Amino acid sequence: MRALVNQRFTTLAILAVVIAVLPLIFPSSYYFRVASLVWVSALAAIGLNILMGQAGQVSLGHAAFFGIGAYAVAIGPAHLGLPTWAALLIGALLSAALAFLVGRPILRLKGHYLAIATLGLGVLVALVISTESRWTGGPDGMPVARLTLFGWRVTGSDTWYWVTGGLLLIGAWIALNLDETPTGRAFRALHDSEVAAQVVGVDVARFKLQAFVIAAVYASLAGSALAMMNGFINPDQAGFLHSVELVTMVVLGGLGSVVGSIVGAALLVTLPQVLTVFHEYEHLLLGLIIIVSMIFMRSGIVPTLSSLFFQRTRS
Amino acid sequence: MTILQAMDIGISFGGVKAVDGVSFSVSPGQILSIIGPNGAGKTTLFNVISGVYTASRGTIHLSGENVTGLAPHNLATRGLSRTFQNLQIFQRMTACENVMVGRHLREKCSLLPALFRMPAVTRQNRETRAAALELLSYVGLKDSADVLAGSLPYGACKRLEIARALAAEPRVLLLDEPAAGCNAVETEEIDHLIRQVADRGVAVVLVEHDMKLVMKISDRILVLERGRPLAEGSPREVRDNPKVLEAYLGRHGAQEAARA
Repeated sequence: MRALVNQRFTTLAILAVVIAVLPLIFPSSYYFRVASLVWVSALAAIGLNILMGQAGQVSLGHAAFFGIGAYAVAIGPAHLGLPTWAALLIGALLSAALAFLVGRPILRLKGHYLAIATLGLGVLVALVISTESRWTGGPDGMPVARLTLFGWRVTGSDTWYWVTGGLLLIGAWIALNLDETPTGRAFRALHDSEVAAQVVGVDVARFKLQAFVIAAVYASLAGSALAMMNGFINPDQAGFLHSVELVTMVVLGGLGSVVGSIVGAALLVTLPQVLTVFHEYEHLLLGLIIIVSMIFMRSGIVPTLSSLFFQRTRS
Repeated sequence: MTILQAMDIGISFGGVKAVDGVSFSVSPGQILSIIGPNGAGKTTLFNVISGVYTASRGTIHLSGENVTGLAPHNLATRGLSRTFQNLQIFQRMTACENVMVGRHLREKCSLLPALFRMPAVTRQNRETRAAALELLSYVGLKDSADVLAGSLPYGACKRLEIARALAAEPRVLLLDEPAAGCNAVETEEIDHLIRQVADRGVAVVLVEHDMKLVMKISDRILVLERGRPLAEGSPREVRDNPKVLEAYLGRHGAQEAARA
């Protein structure tokens, strides 16, 4: 127990130090931008990991919630005259409500069937976004008003670095909190054996739904953050490929591992940037790296490496 | 006083009557064993009683309330808990966490305090863990508390399941082959354990193939054959029932029973 509390604290402390120290080695503002992208993606991945890694339910349409969050901060101020922060909250509420309504029927499905149903949800939301061009600007996307908080205009890549870094810390803290609570244990229990969880009184449907809603809110907030940071948004953020990218971050980094989600996000965001030196082979190499690391680190990068490390130190 | 009463239970799968017209009742502190050859419908009956399957006919009363067709977690709320023949432990959780999940109904489980880790959550966690550790030492697994359940030996998993079921503080406990695959020493331990649980006033329904164990600890025995009840009575009555002897315990089973 003590070890677990310390582990939680250590994880957060290391993450905070990394966020604080990285700018010292950044040569240009481009690096701030890439790092902010990592923090935002990691936030969405951490949420999805609560659903996938802890509760064991897949979502192949998670970018839908990312898109709802992103378009909320775009549409709210532009069409409805809402302040950006209110639009952000409304986006999160809308995502939670959609997850709640859709989650009820589809979370009865298991495995592949759930994957297809969530995929359908993702496709549907992306379709609405790209066709309702009067509201969303259609396939061309739309600009996002700058966030203003108490008269402070939040702008500039270094400012957004700190904002997204702070959001990530909070997101990681909450996800780590959840692990050692009745709710977190119920998630993990129903992942391992639904029937055993039920007979000790866990309302499996309710907890699956909770995990789905939590994951949706994480994605929505991450989407809002990205839209405000970029000042522009297009339907790709809500699209199928982005959903797959989020799932890849979670699985590659390690199911059930908060740090894994951050590592997975870091790899998927930075690798394409690094690999551009290989020109047309960029995507080939990215694919190969993912395949090879899944073969050799089946339970994900972080869980595999940490179990290797602990074996070493024990012997 | 009856706490669990099943009346005329029947369930079929694609025209096969897996359980057909089975009734039984059990009182607090009593041990009722359900025996019968493979495929007699014992586990199916358990699945119906614990809400995993829905009966196609018959009624189940728990503490006087009609609970027919309720979902397993609703039955758990009303004091019914069970173990499984094929192990259903939470492999990726530690032994202690497994038992802590068993305390689920005794815990306050609201989402927001959990997300922000309010002091009350931490306090409750400490209490739950203490209760879980106590149960683990009760079933002799205290030293394995922080071991991943998936890496525990088979016999230990069996006892872990019992500890998890007990953590819910059930009034009725269904045990599906608790001694299957256990050696003589382990069986002996489980035998003691079941007796102790019953002595605390829990009604125990037991499915078991180990006739020695069944004859020794049961207050009453219900014999099933192809989903239908064949006989019911005290161990002695069942043992002496020629129908049971010949057809269902077989010659070997009869000898074993006679030795017990």
